[in-house]
Amino acid sequence: MTRLKADSRHSVRFSLNGKSVEGEAEPRMLLSDFLRHQLGATGTHVGCEHGACGACTIVVDGMLTRACLTLAAQVDGCEIKTVEGLAPSADRLGVLQQAFRRNHALQCGFCTAGILMSLDHYLASNPAPTEAEIRDLLSGHLCRCTGYTPIITAALEAAAKLASSKQETSDA
Amino acid sequence: MKPPAFDYLRAESIGDVLEGLAQQGGDARVLAGGQSLMAMLNMRLAKPKLLIDIMRIGELRQIERKGDAVVIGAGVRQADLLAWSDLTEALPLVALALPWVGHMQTRSRGTICGSLAHADPSAEMPLTLVALGGEVFLRDAKRRRRVAAKDFFAGMMLTARADDELIEGISLPVIKGSRFAFREVARRHGDFAIVACAALKTPTGVRLAVGGIADVPTVRDWPRLEGSALDDALNAFAYELGARDDVHATARYRRDLVRMIGRDLIGEVLQ
Repeated sequence: MTRLKADSRHSVRFSLNGKSVEGEAEPRMLLSDFLRHQLGATGTHVGCEHGACGACTIVVDGMLTRACLTLAAQVDGCEIKTVEGLAPSADRLGVLQQAFRRNHALQCGFCTAGILMSLDHYLASNPAPTEAEIRDLLSGHLCRCTGYTPIITAALEAAAKLASSKQETSDA
Repeated sequence: MKPPAFDYLRAESIGDVLEGLAQQGGDARVLAGGQSLMAMLNMRLAKPKLLIDIMRIGELRQIERKGDAVVIGAGVRQADLLAWSDLTEALPLVALALPWVGHMQTRSRGTICGSLAHADPSAEMPLTLVALGGEVFLRDAKRRRRVAAKDFFAGMMLTARADDELIEGISLPVIKGSRFAFREVARRHGDFAIVACAALKTPTGVRLAVGGIADVPTVRDWPRLEGSALDDALNAFAYELGARDDVHATARYRRDLVRMIGRDLIGEVLQ
């Protein structure tokens, strides 16, 4: 049993996009703030801070997670994936990101990091989604620019591209 | 907003949780999936001095078939139960209702028992527990007790749980040879229900449970009713729930939903 005192800062360690990271946090510090302010990983955005808008969605130990509804202290020792982990390298976009760019699936971009994380996670286990399934998944996110239609187009296009690239690899 | 200051206790056993609750009582809150409690903390609607994280306790993460019941531990996430291979066969009503709980992104973390502890009047899991006639297992440092679903919900976001008690789990009966139906109306899938209804066939007739209107999910049993007798019963029930106007819907619209969805669901389960 570990009891962390309210008025002091405690060490928090976890794996962020495959690299181990460490910082200090009071028990009340949200994971969203820890990522942004302690670690400088500002790709994760903070919108409503009560789990409704989905901008801060990340993946913790394979679970889609609202970073604003999670304490930094809770994820000590966990594996975390954020939007910074999606691109294959600093100067290239991933398949899903390319599809977003091609289809104008973002305008201001505030909601995009969370939506990309949800879609990336979902497509990994559901390689051939229907439009209805993508719409259901997107009900967990708010976007005030796009009207969602280009996001759905981009998601379906990325799914098709990912599926065909897997097929070629397996044929080879 | 940000949460107020609190101590954080990472419990490794049920004993740790009970000890923390015994020491701190009403100033302690149990943190499971955090999908309701963390929002309450961020909005400072809850200001505990101690948060007890129970999600690293393996024995609370079990889903177990025990005879004619399924026992679900306090650490079982909504997504875990949805992925349970026996769900549709053992608990068909839960299989129908669970996809309406929040969004995929919150079901992945949120727990079944956490939703019951939060006791939002429009939440689907309290409605399902009451409709099925399940039980809640409560435990403090000295004793254990079981509370029937109908006695557990005491009011809007109020339950029979004492300040020093942990909801250790729940039990839901496996009801054979019945039929079940569930429907909900909300502004957007995953939003709070304006009205949610569950129906099941009983040996003597039919049961309808309604959430989203009264302060607690409310159940009514009827013999087999048809035609205008069913309309009258549904109309009386709709009024008894005491619907109020708010920004989401008028009282009349809520009563309409009870009458219409109630009739549809009862038709489905009795067909």
